Amino acid sequence: MRAVDALMECLKAEGVDVVFGLPGGANLPTYDAFYDAGIRHILVRHEAGGGHAAEGYAKATGKVGVALGTSGPGATNLVTPICDAMMDSVPVVFLTGQVRTELLGTDGFQEADTIGITMPIVKHSFLIQHPLEIPRSIHEAFHIARTGRPGPVVVDIPQDLSRADIPYEPVTDVHLPGYQPTTEGNQKQIRLAAKALANSRRPVLYAGGGVIAGNAAPELTELATVDRFPVTSTVMGLGAFPAPHEQWLGMLGMHGTRAANYAMDEADLIVAIGARFDDRVTGKLSEFAPRAKFIHIDVDPAEISKNVPAHIPIVGDAKNIVPRLTAEYRALAPDPARLEEWWSRIRTWQERHPLRYEDSKDHEIKPQYMIQALFEATGGDAIVASDVGQHQMWAAQYFHFSKPRRWINSGGLGTMGFGLPAAMGAKIGCPDQTVVCIAGDGSVQMNMQELATCAHERVAIKVFIMNNGYLGMVRQWQELFWDRRYSHVEMGQWPDYVKLAEAYGATGMRLEDKATLLEGIREALQTDGPVLVDVRVTREENTYPMIPAGQAARNMVG
Amino acid sequence: MGEPGTKEILSLDELEAAGNLRTGRKHILSILVENKPGVLTRIAGLFARRGFNIDTLAVGPTDDEAFSRITLTLDGAVHPIDQVTKQLHKLVNVLKIRDLEPQETLARELALFKVSADGVSRAEVMQVCEIFRGKIVDVTKRSVVVEVTGTCDKIDAFEQLVRPFGLIEMARTGEIAISRGRGET
Ligand SMILES: Cc1ncc(C[n+]2csc(CCOP(=O)(O)OP(=O)(O)O)c2C)c(N)n1
Ligand SMILES: [Mg+2]
Repeated sequence: MRAVDALMECLKAEGVDVVFGLPGGANLPTYDAFYDAGIRHILVRHEAGGGHAAEGYAKATGKVGVALGTSGPGATNLVTPICDAMMDSVPVVFLTGQVRTELLGTDGFQEADTIGITMPIVKHSFLIQHPLEIPRSIHEAFHIARTGRPGPVVVDIPQDLSRADIPYEPVTDVHLPGYQPTTEGNQKQIRLAAKALANSRRPVLYAGGGVIAGNAAPELTELATVDRFPVTSTVMGLGAFPAPHEQWLGMLGMHGTRAANYAMDEADLIVAIGARFDDRVTGKLSEFAPRAKFIHIDVDPAEISKNVPAHIPIVGDAKNIVPRLTAEYRALAPDPARLEEWWSRIRTWQERHPLRYEDSKDHEIKPQYMIQALFEATGGDAIVASDVGQHQMWAAQYFHFSKPRRWINSGGLGTMGFGLPAAMGAKIGCPDQTVVCIAGDGSVQMNMQELATCAHERVAIKVFIMNNGYLGMVRQWQELFWDRRYSHVEMGQWPDYVKLAEAYGATGMRLEDKATLLEGIREALQTDGPVLVDVRVTREENTYPMIPAGQAARNMVG
Repeated sequence: MGEPGTKEILSLDELEAAGNLRTGRKHILSILVENKPGVLTRIAGLFARRGFNIDTLAVGPTDDEAFSRITLTLDGAVHPIDQVTKQLHKLVNVLKIRDLEPQETLARELALFKVSADGVSRAEVMQVCEIFRGKIVDVTKRSVVVEVTGTCDKIDAFEQLVRPFGLIEMARTGEIAISRGRGET
C-alpha cells in the first residue's frame, strides 16, 4: 500500500474525523489519498486559517486537531498556529509536505527547513527519513500531542517517501522511552496540601487552562465546595468553574476583577491548578501575592517553581490529584467558620468594586453592553471564540461561562486573527452547538478569508465584529502610557463588512443602535449559514479595571 | 523591564547587567539521548533560549547503539540550572540527565597542541610534555604536535606552559565524564 494510504489508515485509527488543509506539490500524494479515504477534509483558504481551525476544533471537542500544509510557504504559514498551540497547550498534529529527499538541503523549489523553523515551538516533531517510519511516527505524534501537557506535534513528510509502497500493518502500541509524563500525584504531597488548606484562613483556588485541558472542571468544583474556597481563573481557565456560582471571584490578572486580584494579594494560601503564573497574571513578580504560600499542581514539572517558587509542588494530572486532595481535606474536617472573615472581606471588595462601565444615554453601543446583549441573546448557551484585543477582555469579563470548552481564545500568544477560523473549527467539531465569534475590526481581517470556507462548507458561525475603528488595545496603551500619541492605530472606515460578507457568500448585517441591538443579535443567531455582523461600538472606550504592566495587583486602576 | 507599555527608556548598562548574570558555578551535564536526527539541535536550542552559554560539548556513542551521550559543561546563568534540566527532560528524545557533582565524577578531555620547537626549545617542550604525560604524535623540523589528556584544568595548565614557546594551534574535545563507582552515570 502507498505510504499515504497507510497514513489515512493511521488517521482513521486515531479517530480523526476532519482535517483542515490546503494542497501543494509536496503533499500531492497525500491529497490523492484523501480522494477516497473517507475522511472529511476542509479546504481552507490560508494554512494559518487551517491551523487555527484545528486548534478551535481541539479546544471545543477535547480531541486532537489535524492541520495539513504543503512544503515551504504552506509550512511557514502554519508557524503562527503551531506557536499558538504550544503556548496554550492545544493538542494538534500538523502534517507538512516536504520536498523530495534528493532535493533536501539544496534550496529546492518550495523547500523550507520546517523542522528547524518550528523546533522551539513544538512539543515534538518528526522528520520522516524512511517510508516505513510513517505509520509509527503518526501514532507517536498523536500520543505525544494528547497526553501529558498537550501540545503541537509536527510531522514533516518528504514527497517521495509518501509515494513509497510499504507493507502496512496497524500499529497498536507506541514506544517512547524518553517520554513518560507523570500523571499520578504523590500521595504525601497531596496530604501535605490538604493540611495546608485546612490550616489556611485566606485560601484562593487559582485555576488555569490546565483544568480544562485536563478535563478536571467537575473535580475543581468539588474541591471548591468541599468547604467554601474562593475560586478565580486565568483567561485560559474561564469555564473551569461556573461563573454564576457564589464562590466565583471572576478572572484574575491584568484585566481581572478587583476581588480576584485583591484576594490573591491578601491570600495566605494559593492553590494553583494547571496554571503557569504568566506575567499577565502576576504583574510585578516581587510583589505578587506577598503573603501567600503556594501549592502548585501541574502535569508539567517544568512549570513548577518557574516563575513563583512552590512550597508544595504536586506533579500530575489535575483529574487524578484534585479529587484525592478533596478526599484528604474532607477527612481532616476543618472548621468552615474560619473562612467567614475572609469571605466578608471578599464580599466587601465585590460590593465596592463590581465590574462596571458607564452605559450610554443615547443610541451608542457600549462594547461591554454588546457582550451582555450577546450573553442574553444566547442565554449563555454558546461556544464563544474570540480574537485578540479589547473585545477579548470584555468578552472574558462580561460573558459568564458556566462550562468548560465554551471559551476559545488565544491566551498565551495573543494571536490576532485566531477567532474566526477557531470558531469555524469549533462549529465543525460541535455542529449542534451555537458558535459565535467575538472579533475585533483589526483582528478579523487577519483571517477573514475563512469566511469563504464557511460559506462553501455551510459552517454556520455567527461572527460579531466589535467595530471601534481602532486597533483598540494598542490605542488604549498609547492613551494611557504614551501621552495619547496615537501612532498608526486607526483603521479607517474600510472594508464595508456587510458587502464583504455578501461577497463571501455569507449574510452581512450592521448594528449601530443600542435600542435594536439585542433584537439584531437574535436575528443574526437565527439566520441560517455563516453571518458576519458589523457592530458599531464606542470608539474610544478603555478596558478596565487594569493592572498597569509590571505593577502590583494592589495598584489596579479604573 | 521590557514592557511595551512603559515609556521608560532603558540604559544600555541596565540591559547588559541583566544579560550577564552568572552564578559562577561550573556544571557538567551528562545527557543520555536517543540516536535520532536533530537531537543535538533541540538541546543546543534550548540552552541558547534560556540564556546559557555552553562552554564545551562532546557527543559520542554509548555501550548501546540506540543511544548517544552528550556531555556539556556550562556556567549557571540568569536562570537556575534546574529550570533547564526540567526543560531538557521535556524533549522526547532525552532519556536521562545528570548534573554531575564534581567530587563524584571523572572528567577527561583530549587536546592536541601544535607548538614551535626548533633547536634549543625542543628539549624544553619535550620536558614539559613528559611532566604532563603528553605524547608527541607528530614532529617536523620546526614544530611538534602533542597529545594531552586530563581534566580541563590540567590542559589549561599545559597550555600556559607551552604558550611561550610559540603555540601555533590548539584543538580540544571538551570534557566527557562518567560517575565514580559501580552505579550508572
Ligand atoms: C498578529 C498580531 N499582531 C499584533 C498584535 C498586537 N495587538 C494586540 S491587540 C491589538 C489590537 C487589536 O485590534 P482589534 O482586533 O480591532 O481589537 P480591539 O482591541 O479594537 O477590540 C494589536 C494590534 C497581536 N496581538 N497579534
Ligand atoms: Mg478594534
